[in-house]
Amino acid sequence: MRIVAEHLSYIYNAKTPFATTALDDVTLTVEEGEFFGVIGHTGSGKSTFVQHLNGLLRPPVRKRGKKRGPAKLMVGEFDLTDKKTDLRALRRRVGMVFQYPESQLFAETVFDDVAFGYKNFAEKKPEAGEVERAVKEAIEIVGLDYERVKGMSPFDLSGGQKRRAAIAGVIVTKPEILILDEPAAGLDPLGKREVMALLNKLKQSWCKTVIVVSHDMDEIAENCTRVAVFSEGKVKYVLPPAELFQHTEELLALGLDVPLTAKLVRALKERGVAIDCNYTMEDFIAKVLAYKGGVC
Amino acid sequence: MANALEYRDVAFSYGEESGFRMEHLNFSVQEGEFVAVLGHNGSGKSTLARLANGLLTPDSGEISVFGVPLTGKNLFDIRKQVGIVFQNPDSQAVASIVEDDVAFGAENVGLPRKEIGERIGFALRAVGMEDYRTATISRLSGGQKQRVAIAGVLALKPRVMILDESTAMLDPRGRREIVEVVKELNEKEGVTVMLITHFMEEALLASRAVVMNRGEIVMQDTPEGIFRRGEELICYNLALPRIGEIARRLRGGGMDVADALDVNTLAEEIAKCVS
Repeated sequence: MRIVAEHLSYIYNAKTPFATTALDDVTLTVEEGEFFGVIGHTGSGKSTFVQHLNGLLRPPVRKRGKKRGPAKLMVGEFDLTDKKTDLRALRRRVGMVFQYPESQLFAETVFDDVAFGYKNFAEKKPEAGEVERAVKEAIEIVGLDYERVKGMSPFDLSGGQKRRAAIAGVIVTKPEILILDEPAAGLDPLGKREVMALLNKLKQSWCKTVIVVSHDMDEIAENCTRVAVFSEGKVKYVLPPAELFQHTEELLALGLDVPLTAKLVRALKERGVAIDCNYTMEDFIAKVLAYKGGVC
Repeated sequence: MANALEYRDVAFSYGEESGFRMEHLNFSVQEGEFVAVLGHNGSGKSTLARLANGLLTPDSGEISVFGVPLTGKNLFDIRKQVGIVFQNPDSQAVASIVEDDVAFGAENVGLPRKEIGERIGFALRAVGMEDYRTATISRLSGGQKQRVAIAGVLALKPRVMILDESTAMLDPRGRREIVEVVKELNEKEGVTVMLITHFMEEALLASRAVVMNRGEIVMQDTPEGIFRRGEELICYNLALPRIGEIARRLRGGGMDVADALDVNTLAEEIAKCVS
């Protein structure tokens, strides 16, 4: 499913003294099959944007046959400006993992928690064995031991495991698009790497498109096909990381961070060493080692 | 002079099933020191913090604060001296207005009204939030909320401040705000700091760093020293900092670069090797 947003705006607390513009005329397309990154400050509009993608926030809706406003939002065949759009069907196919998803675990067992996600969005009453099959598959793909954890309370899992269980509860419907708001935040460095590895695995075998909101530029540089930079409700750039981080000075001026590799490229340039890489660690190391025909 | 914090032969467990045990822990923090505590999730960092002001009670052994052993009787006096700031900016506020929240701790220990007013002013100035005295907490950013939480602890004028991953839920800007405030309190006010963190850049501000694993302190060194011991970090389930990994892999590729923990040093090393 392709995502097409045109002239999308959103104001919180509209028509009150607390009105804040969160999105200001955003136009953006995410192709099927992308690992898409969304970056920007707190308050830049990035979370507001992704919450539109499964209908948690809506652009102005219109009745069928009426003239549409300037805002357009299509997620696959779902028209979010159409009042009659089937949101349940949309949410079955567009999964959303919020920040700190483990705080939403609620059931007595890991099995029940993950099964809730499946039943909640099921098209019709599930057949015998269907729920168990789906839950088992989801728990296994996030890297938990199904037999061991299925009867456990989700609250007895470790921090990283809780997050995996929470992600399992979202992907159990096999959404085509998976959106995650800072999926690795608050984990220890190893936990972070494991979560990013999990997203790559899901992307290859389970969900066609993955969209991550992140503050961690190293994660973005290593994983994303393209990145959208939000600032003050507008989209400043939509570029592949290899091109985006050539704008290191502009990103720093926006108060954003850049990946370590970009900082090194910048510091090397000041020292007369020009490294042209795509900002992944792998490529940076290869290019440095190959500089001027190799190590001297 | 007595140590600010002293753990003597401390044992602690959350019960049989938890799988976590702390045994024979000996550890001390000097007055005015800035110590970073590292370790993977579940290694015992938070347990260490919570033992320090009696949120947890050791099964055996003794904890002293400025030479005074912690007992059930002096718990409240100790808590005035050892303040903890936790991880979640949204779950620590007890009032809706900034000054009320900062005053809560001070009111709780029964300070005179006039003094409370002065301490609110002092604490908010210290964290750079004096302009927000009458602001609504729910409208602040995460970094601002954490600064208010720090101010609430500061209003009690603690001599020891423990930050238990207090920056983990903040964005990079919020993280910088908190770390700057803490560094300044340590340098200017002489507050003893124990900073629990997963971020290398934060740990590098400390004068000493310790690594915890399975309830034990397994490494103690300067932060720079710790991050250079890559193999050990990996065996305690800590990732090597990215910059260390790059240096190591360049060496693996035959480039003779020394270990570096900041961008300019590594760039200098690389520039030396290629020119």
